[in-house]
Parts: sequence; C-alpha cells; structure tokens
Amino acid sequence: MRRVAIIGVGCTVPRPVTPDVSYRELVYEAALKAYQSAGIEPKDIDCFTACSEDFNEGTSIFDEYVPDQLGAPLKPVHTVGGDGIHGLAAAFMQVATGLLDTAVVEAHSKASNIITLHHITELAIDPVFNRPLAVNPHYIAGLEMRRFLYETGVTVEDCAAVAVKNKRNALKTHNNVYGGEFTTEDVLNSDPISDPLTLLQVSQFSDVAVVIVLAAEERAKTLRGVPVWIKGLGWCADSPSLESRSWGSAAYAQLACSMAYKMAAVTNPAREIDLFEIDDTYAYKELQHLEAASLCARGESGKLTRLGATGKNGSLKVNLSGGSLGCGVMLEATGLFKVAQIVSQLRGIAGPAQVEDAKVGLALSWRGVPTASGAVAILGK
Amino acid sequence: MSLRRVAVVGAGMTKFVRRAKETAPELTYQATKMALDSCEMTLPQIDCVVHGTGPDAFDGVHMKAEYLSAGSGGFRKPFMRNYVGGGTGVFAPIQGWYHIASGMFDTCLVVCEEKMSSCQPHPQAAFITIFDHTTERPLGPNLLWIFAIEMERYMSVHKIPLEEIALVSVKNKKNALDHPSALLGADLTVEDIMNSEVLAWPVHRLMVSPVTDGAVAVVLAAEHIAKRITDKPVWIEGVGWSLDTSYWTSRDLYYPKYVESAAKMAYRMAGISDPRKEIHVVEPYDPFAYKELHHLEGLLLCEKGQAPKITAKGITQRNGSMPVCPSGGLLGVGNPIAAAGLMKVCEIFWQLRGEAGKRQVSNEPRRGLAQAWGDLMQVGTVIILGR
Amino acid sequence: MPIDPKKLGGTGISESEFRSKKLSCVKYTPTAKYAWDTGVGIGRYLAELKNGKLIGRKCEHCNKVLVPPRMFCEWCFKPTSKWVYLKDTGRVNTFSLCYVRWDMVRLKDPEIPAVIEIDGSDGGILHLLREVDPKKVKVGMRVKAVWKPENERTGAITDIKYFKPI
Repeated sequence: MRRVAIIGVGCTVPRPVTPDVSYRELVYEAALKAYQSAGIEPKDIDCFTACSEDFNEGTSIFDEYVPDQLGAPLKPVHTVGGDGIHGLAAAFMQVATGLLDTAVVEAHSKASNIITLHHITELAIDPVFNRPLAVNPHYIAGLEMRRFLYETGVTVEDCAAVAVKNKRNALKTHNNVYGGEFTTEDVLNSDPISDPLTLLQVSQFSDVAVVIVLAAEERAKTLRGVPVWIKGLGWCADSPSLESRSWGSAAYAQLACSMAYKMAAVTNPAREIDLFEIDDTYAYKELQHLEAASLCARGESGKLTRLGATGKNGSLKVNLSGGSLGCGVMLEATGLFKVAQIVSQLRGIAGPAQVEDAKVGLALSWRGVPTASGAVAILGK
Repeated sequence: MSLRRVAVVGAGMTKFVRRAKETAPELTYQATKMALDSCEMTLPQIDCVVHGTGPDAFDGVHMKAEYLSAGSGGFRKPFMRNYVGGGTGVFAPIQGWYHIASGMFDTCLVVCEEKMSSCQPHPQAAFITIFDHTTERPLGPNLLWIFAIEMERYMSVHKIPLEEIALVSVKNKKNALDHPSALLGADLTVEDIMNSEVLAWPVHRLMVSPVTDGAVAVVLAAEHIAKRITDKPVWIEGVGWSLDTSYWTSRDLYYPKYVESAAKMAYRMAGISDPRKEIHVVEPYDPFAYKELHHLEGLLLCEKGQAPKITAKGITQRNGSMPVCPSGGLLGVGNPIAAAGLMKVCEIFWQLRGEAGKRQVSNEPRRGLAQAWGDLMQVGTVIILGR
Repeated sequence: MPIDPKKLGGTGISESEFRSKKLSCVKYTPTAKYAWDTGVGIGRYLAELKNGKLIGRKCEHCNKVLVPPRMFCEWCFKPTSKWVYLKDTGRVNTFSLCYVRWDMVRLKDPEIPAVIEIDGSDGGILHLLREVDPKKVKVGMRVKAVWKPENERTGAITDIKYFKPI
C-alpha cells in the first residue's frame, strides 16, 4: 500500500465559547496554519474531506458550506458523517488509491452555538423504541458504565482517578479548557448526572477547528512539512440498537484497534506504542477503551490507573494532552484533535507534556452517546 | 501509477414510493439484501460498508447513518457515511471505489437510502435549512426558488423555449413505464407537461420529481474477487467529483461548472478524450426536466445550449445514438435524495450487462456514465463504468 | 440479473392510510435551537444593515468586492483588505415567481425571489421583489431596497423588506 504522511497540522486553541469568529473564520484560521506548516497552497491540494453532522451545525446538507474556508471551491470535496479519524481514514484512502497525491481533512466544533445540545443528542436516539422514554441521554453512558464496572471489577474510584489525571494533565498544556486540580473525592462528590456518573466524570464541550494535510510519500518529500506516517487505521460500527448491545465491552473499539494493529504490524501495542490519546468523553470510557484496545488485561485498567501506569512516567502514557475531560469534547473534531496532539508529540513540539523520544502514537475516538462507533489511527515517525 | 481495478458485481433496489410503510432501516435492508443476493454473496464476505443518505432532517434522526447501519450491513464492520446532498447517490460508489482501490479492502457494500416521508407537515419544508442561516434563511426560501432561478438563467442565456424542456419529462416518464421500481411512469405529451400547474415559474409540476422513499445498493469487488463472482464484472473506469462555492449568488448559474470539473476528472482517469463518442449510455441527474439538459452540457456530451436540440432530434431516446436516462430518471422513477443517484448507477450496470429488460438500449453500450448533483446548485459527482 | 419485480421491497402507503389509525406511528418534535456566532464579516454586515446600509469587503488580489462580506477571499485564499460601502440599488440577475411557500402552502400571489447584483460589488445577494407586477419582472431590471423604518431594524437581512423597481 502507498505510504501516506501527515505533513501539516493546523489547530485552533480550544475554547468554551468563540463569539468573535464564525465557523468559517475559525476553520480558515486552522486551514491557514495547516497549509503554512505543510508548505502548500490549497490550489495544489487534490482533495478535501470534512467531517460534519447537520444537526450539530443547524444546517442541512452542511457540505455546501465546507469548501470556501479551505480554499477548495470547485475541487473534489466531500463530507463524511463521522469523527475526524473517520475523515482521516477517508483522506488516507483517497491518496492511497494513487489517483490523488495530497489531501486535506477538516473537522470543527461550534458546540457553543447549539443552545439545545442535549436535545440534539436525544435526536440520535432510536425514535421508536428509546426516545419516548425522554430521559437525559447521559443515561446511556450511565448504563454502560455500570455494566462495565460489574463485568471488570473496575471501581468508581478508578474512574474518578481518570478524571483527576486528565484534568491535571490539561493544566500543563496551552489547550487547557476544563483542567484543574481535583481529588477523587471531589469527582465522586460532584453533582450526580446518571448514577454512577457524576458531573466531573463527564466531559463538557469546547469549540475548535482542526485541519490536517496529507501527502503521498513521493510528494511529501518535496514539501516543507515534517512527515508523520499513517501506519495504521481502523474503524468500526457496532449495532446501534440499545436493546441488543453488549454493554460491558466496547466491541467497536476492539475491532477498530485490531484492524489498525494489523495494518501497522503491531503485535504488542502496549510495548510498541509510546503514547495514547484515547476517548474519555466519560471518565470510565478511557478505562473501557484501554481494555478494548488490548493495552492491558481485562479488569486491569483500574489498577493501572491507580498505580500511575497511565501517567507521564508510566508505561502507558494516556491522554497527556488532558483528553476531553481536560480540553473539552469537540463534536466531530474530537478525534482529529487527538491526532493533532500525537503529531505534536512525534514532532517533539508538545511542550511540557512532551514524551521523550516519542516514535509511535495511537489516537482512538468514539462518536459519543448513543453510538457504538469509533475509529483508530496509529501514527509513527 | 496504475490504479487497482474495482468492479461493480451486484445491484439491488426497492420500489420507489411516495410513502413507504417500512421504517428507514427496513427499507435499507431490503435493498442491501437484494444486492447481496444478486451476486450470491453473504455479509461475512463483505469487508466494509459505505452508506449514503441525505439530510438527517427528513428522518428527525441525528447521526442517521449509525441508526441505519443495521440495515446496510454495517454490523461490526468498518462503516463510513458520505454526504454531498443529492450528489451522494453517485458519490457513494466513488467512496466504495476508494475503499478498495486504496488496497485496504477487497469487497465493499455501497448502500444509499432515503425516507423523506417521515418529515411533517411536508418533507420539502426541511429544505429551508440548507440555506445560509443568517443571510438567506430569514427570507423563507424554498428549493423551488433556486431551481426555478437556475432554470430561468439557463433558458434565457440560450433562448430555450419551455416546450423543448418539457420533452425531457415526456421521454423520461415514458421510459419509466418499463422500470419495475418506478413511481411516476406515464405516457404524456408536451401539452400535458405545459398544462400542469406552475409551481415556481418557469417550473411546472410535471417537470419536477416529487418527494420519494427508496433504497438502492451495489456490491463492489477488487479484480481478483470480481472475476470469481461474475463473468460480467462492470469496471469502475473513471471517478470525479467537484464542489463549488457556497456563495451561489455570485455564480452564473446558466452552466454547471462543477459538473464539467467532475466530468473532466473522471474522463482523465478513464483515458477518455472524446466523451461524445466514447460514452454510449448516460444517466445524468434529472430532478427537474431542465437539469438533464444542463448536465448533458456540463458533461461535455454536447455543446452549450445544444442539449435541447439533440433531445428534440431523438438522439437521447433509447434507440438513439446517445441514450439518456433509459431508466426513466428521477422524473420517471422517483427522487429519494441520496438513493436516486445510485439508481442511475444500477441502470448503467444493468445496461452494460444486457440485463435492463424492456429498458435495454439498442446501441450495445460498452461504456456508460452516471452523474448526480446537489447542494445549492453546487456539486457534481460522476462515475464511468465499462465492460 | 435483471430486476425481478416480485422481489422488490418498498411498500407504498397512501396519505389516508398514513393518517388513519391502522398504521402505528411515533410522533416527535425536535427541539433544535441554535445561536450562530456571526463572526467578523457577517457581524459587520448585519450591523450595517441595522444602519440602513449594505457593506462589502474588497480582495486586493482579485480586485473583487465581495458581498456578503467575508474576511478571506475563497478563490485567492487570502484575507480581504478593506470594507467597502455599497449602494442599496442593483440589477436583477435572475428571478422566479414562486406559487408555493417554503412549507408547501399554495400562494395565490407569487413570491418573487431574485438574485440582485448590488451596485458597487462583484457579487449578488438573494432577496425578494415586491411592488411589481410579476409579469413585468425582467432580467436586468434596476431595483432599489425598501428598508424597514430605523426603529424596527434589528441587524438582519430582513431589515431590507424587499427590493422594488426604480
């Protein structure tokens, strides 16, 4: 398969609100940064892929509004209804065909513009069987968390430890939005949301725009940006039905990771991968995903967290960026933001969170409640 | 760099109806199952699923593709949704193509579905949300405005009389009488079309395809697998897509540049230098009668302004030298937004294999083209298939 | 193989069957409310509309004056350079007579949407025409904005009620 690298990244600083700029202006800023860092102009880019969902934008057929701020009118542009990592995979595949040599993937969040955000989440819930219950959608995460704890023996305190870790990690970065110094008691005593979930275990939203430029190997050599290779990709959708879901395990993550490991020829991910940006939309998800990604034995994720193994000096460096608990969950841009963090680490420009000699990183995203859908990217120097 | 060869090996679709009893996932399943059965494949043999579906607003379901994935075979598989408005129907197989041509997968199920009828009081009302929320939506626009505006521009620049445009409705609705899934097959005259009520001048009712529910699916396979599945693989020889600026009020609408851009990309990949000679059967997007003409010109299959003339001469009839919309098109079969384009791809597939039954064109086509369009008169998606 | 009509899915139901009690259905009204940040470009556009003025932005590279104004030119992909006040007159580039409202309610008198090339700019905006006999609307017709009175303007495209022929 053709070798494809990330050669440019542009990421705005995530913020809880961005009243000074429209989504167009926000994406333009990220695009400009990405193109500058890659040393390329949009007229020389062969295709563009954006990630968006109509109801998050408040506009139907949102792909109409994608080309302008990327400099892409009259170019091959399309959207995917998926997370940023789905978009990355789509962009990768377009270049890997050999028909196109360069690609751009874009995702953004203007969650602050959605006044009735929880009602939009509710809109994703099955209209016939589940929506009539009219319960705040967090209940789906509450159900999953409880089953996960039951099946694995992981405790609520372990989950709280994830929130403590990630919010502390965020403080060190310039992407901090929701960071802070908390104790596990603070987390467990915060407002109950959907038991056993409490407020501080639930990521809040932030606004951001991320644009990433990819190039095929021969092309990458002629451009300014330092290449970071896409070694592995995986994505998977499990059954959308709540009634037939396997609540304890995240099968979508397991399958997506298997696919990515196979492509990257990784047989021992915990040893071969240096750092991880793993979805933590809810604190327990980080643990559930760690196990689904075969990074530890079943039931061990809680213990590892308590022992500090997922911290900066641990054997599994997880969410040093602060994750969504620290920087905010960013709608479709969440996964792409994680990819941007991995790229920074591999380029050695991650600042205080920098892992020494980082060579390979993994980003894992989840599309959020009520989906069982996620994607994985493995990047390497 | 030589590209990996990908073929269409199976196809299936539901009837296109004004309002389906089936839920959206059920409708999706019906088309998907038919496509798999048509080439005797089973879901475990499918490596990945690509799903195209239009505005979530029709169903009132956010992240609609995940909701539909059970019907399209996306259970525990790499599943991805693509979305370019009405262009989706032809873009979905393009996305399927790049899944396989990239080398990541060998087989792909491409499914497109639309259930517009759930939206109340009328699905057309959902289209108000495609307009810019600040500069246009407050004016209460509807889809008919922009199509009528584009049609008016096309007619006035080339001085095309309305009767010549009506010929497209006559042809396609007549062709659709031979399509088992068709909603709007009818034997009408130009007078019937002209006498139908004016919705938005110059658009008359019988020049428009209405709200429709339907689903369509195709199976794609890499060369070595395609040859084992069927002795009549239909190769994807060219793909192209192009999305113009959202600032549509700054564009001259008389000519679809975005279709030309997409067509050129596809022709380049297919190695086609004289499309008029090398494309034998065409399915351009025809949600409105004038669009078939508009698109034929954008596809460089005739000179600007000349599409009405070749239609009047009968060149685009099934027994003409360049049959256009032998399926009956959207005007005849129906317009479930994302599924309509894939219906056209299926038609080319069946035509090239000699399996189009009463719709079979007489010029023994070896190469066909399907094109879809959508958004704010913005996107062109083109696929070229060949035997 | 060709389509086997007996195997086709999709069962059509009529309007009356749909509305009858014979088929079960679930009803739901979404609560989807948004407050879109206008940003710099559109923010100024709306503020000037409140002042009874139309404003555009100039791109120095292609020399076009863009309306609605944007802070970057989508073709040159460079920041635009300055604000340019425009006239509130223009020419009809194209139009339609629409007898159906956005929610498909029939109208006896048509709405007349038009793309109006605004004087002083290289673009057009979408708006409505009124105070004109629908049969007399022509491409190229010169029109002028009719504004809401100052105290009714809120900073929206509807601060212009419509355009009428001059």
